[in-house]
Amino acid sequence: MLEIKNLHVKLEEEEKQILKGVDLTVEAGKVHAIMGPNGSGKSTLSYVLSGRDGYEVTDGSASLAGDDILDMEPEERAAAGLFLAFQYPVEIPGVGNMTFLRTAVNAQRKARGQEEMSATEFLKVVRAKAKDLKIDADMLKRPVNVGFSGGEKKRNEILQMAMLEPRMCILDETDSGLDVDAMKLVAQGVNALRDEGRGFLVITHYQRLLDHIKPDVVHIMADGRIIKTGGPELALEVENNGYVDLLEGVAG
Amino acid sequence: MSNANPSPARAELSIDKTALITEGWSASARLRAADGVLQQGLPQPRDEYWKYTRPQSLTQTTTPSVSHLEEDNGELFADLDVLKLVFVDGIFDAAQSDVAEDESFDLEMLSDVKDVDIHWAGSLYGTLEAKGQTPVPRTLAQYNTAVAEQGILLHVKGEVQRPINLIYKRGTSAQSDALLHHTIKIDAGASVTVLETGPVGARANIVMEVDLGEGASLNHIRSLGRDAERLSVSHVFARLSSQSQLKSFSLTMNGALTRHETVVEINGDDAIAHVAGASVGDRGFHNDDTVFVTHDALRGESRQVFKKVLRNGATGVFQGKILVKDGAQKTDGYQISQALLLDEDSQFLAKPELEIYADDVACSHGSTSGAIDEDALFYLRARGVPHKTATNLLTLAFLAEAVEEIEDAHIAEILVTAIEGWLERRSG
Repeated sequence: MLEIKNLHVKLEEEEKQILKGVDLTVEAGKVHAIMGPNGSGKSTLSYVLSGRDGYEVTDGSASLAGDDILDMEPEERAAAGLFLAFQYPVEIPGVGNMTFLRTAVNAQRKARGQEEMSATEFLKVVRAKAKDLKIDADMLKRPVNVGFSGGEKKRNEILQMAMLEPRMCILDETDSGLDVDAMKLVAQGVNALRDEGRGFLVITHYQRLLDHIKPDVVHIMADGRIIKTGGPELALEVENNGYVDLLEGVAG
Repeated sequence: MSNANPSPARAELSIDKTALITEGWSASARLRAADGVLQQGLPQPRDEYWKYTRPQSLTQTTTPSVSHLEEDNGELFADLDVLKLVFVDGIFDAAQSDVAEDESFDLEMLSDVKDVDIHWAGSLYGTLEAKGQTPVPRTLAQYNTAVAEQGILLHVKGEVQRPINLIYKRGTSAQSDALLHHTIKIDAGASVTVLETGPVGARANIVMEVDLGEGASLNHIRSLGRDAERLSVSHVFARLSSQSQLKSFSLTMNGALTRHETVVEINGDDAIAHVAGASVGDRGFHNDDTVFVTHDALRGESRQVFKKVLRNGATGVFQGKILVKDGAQKTDGYQISQALLLDEDSQFLAKPELEIYADDVACSHGSTSGAIDEDALFYLRARGVPHKTATNLLTLAFLAEAVEEIEDAHIAEILVTAIEGWLERRSG
């Protein structure tokens, strides 16, 4: 589903190499997790894949279901089925959450040559999905993320994911700022979307999110590269011993 | 500034006192106004009050040629049940207008009754304009009072159900110079909605004087077309008695020079004045909202909310003042002016002012200008919303705080649709 080859990325405005050759393939139906210490390049990877400004790809490639995504605009990547759940969802005063969701859903449908969703159909679907995530009607009416608690913002991200039904979901530290109950709720939302046609890349510092969203593959990222790949047990190793041993192992 | 090459040889409008209406109910007001103009002179570029907007194109005798853009969708408020009063190039056109048959108000045209001896408007015409000359002269309004022959004389006696829509159409002349003076008296407890729409003329000078009785209410909405080269200066003078309410909203789209002055005097206790505006323009657009609110009574509430979207070298100006006189305790004054600059060539010039002589008041003001929020833009695009749609969505969101000042949801929706149309036409 998502194929990243030898990806090198530097900051656009300074000579700072962040990604130094990332190789990663996420198959449809699989959940991959990336763990790593601060500054290892995890969030940069998610931003580069979703098309945020400020980064320059100096080498390598990334493709989604065979299509090169690095030359696409962010909205084209989204329409192609890529979704990034933001670490810090953005507040947008003056734009209603519902308007935002409907505009996004219909823009993607239009880009794919599909018929737009009618207002009534949309309302029906969004209400059902919001209910599963314990998002009340008031949250749908309010401006996007404005005045939302940390947990509400993350649930709102998952609601968007559920509405947009992407093929490839990247979750960037979705567990940050969540209490245990909120994390369970978010994990349930993600698990409900697990499907043989859909790939997941879960970026996290901590193992605890992976207790709820069970990964098939775990990667450890450090200094702009994936230094180790393994099964779920790798996450437990990190939880118990930290990153130090792993990093030393590589250096040695 | 909008008119970059002022010619020193340019002839300025002047008043011929022998040509004034010297008989009838308005004669003394006209003479006083004429003397005022002759003494003070019309606005000059060196005047502090005209620091950000060059007045020459408004004060010169020649009107420039202004091409007219036909609206594709007809009248702005075509979907509302309104009483239509049509002015073509500033001249009342009875044939295109509705006949007013309503016991809740009396309506006459200045052009029909300007020569009669006695009229109720005699105690109002020119008086609020005259008061509005201090502390800052507004001689274009004074000029208007002296020579105006067109406009409505509206006496509101009850709750007027149907909005009164002053529809300003362009005629065949590319250089029409329209001059209108509306005089509105709203009795105690009475209320009315007045809508002003359409391009008026190549150049327009409009004065509206409104006297609100106790508990009276005026809802005023204005959108004066979108002819790109048009020039207009307008003055709303409002006097508020106790518990009365003024709500005035202007949508300004396009125009080479639009200067809207609103002068509010809160004379009675517990009165409310909300003056708001949304502006969108590009290239040669120069839009100036100048507001002066005087609190001279207890517990007055005033709000000024202005939002301007500027593109491709457009200029927005806001001069807003709240004057709280000695004794006007518990005044609640709020003022915000903000510009969204869609590129680096556009500029916003703001002069917010507070002058407070009472010690128990809450007044605040703020002014900002900024670009589109890049984080919000990326967030929308990452959800599949195309760049232009996302920009338009954020632009509308920026204007929302001003639009929310409009009480009537249907009217607000019509104006938002008009703004959306403007944005979409520029999204290519």
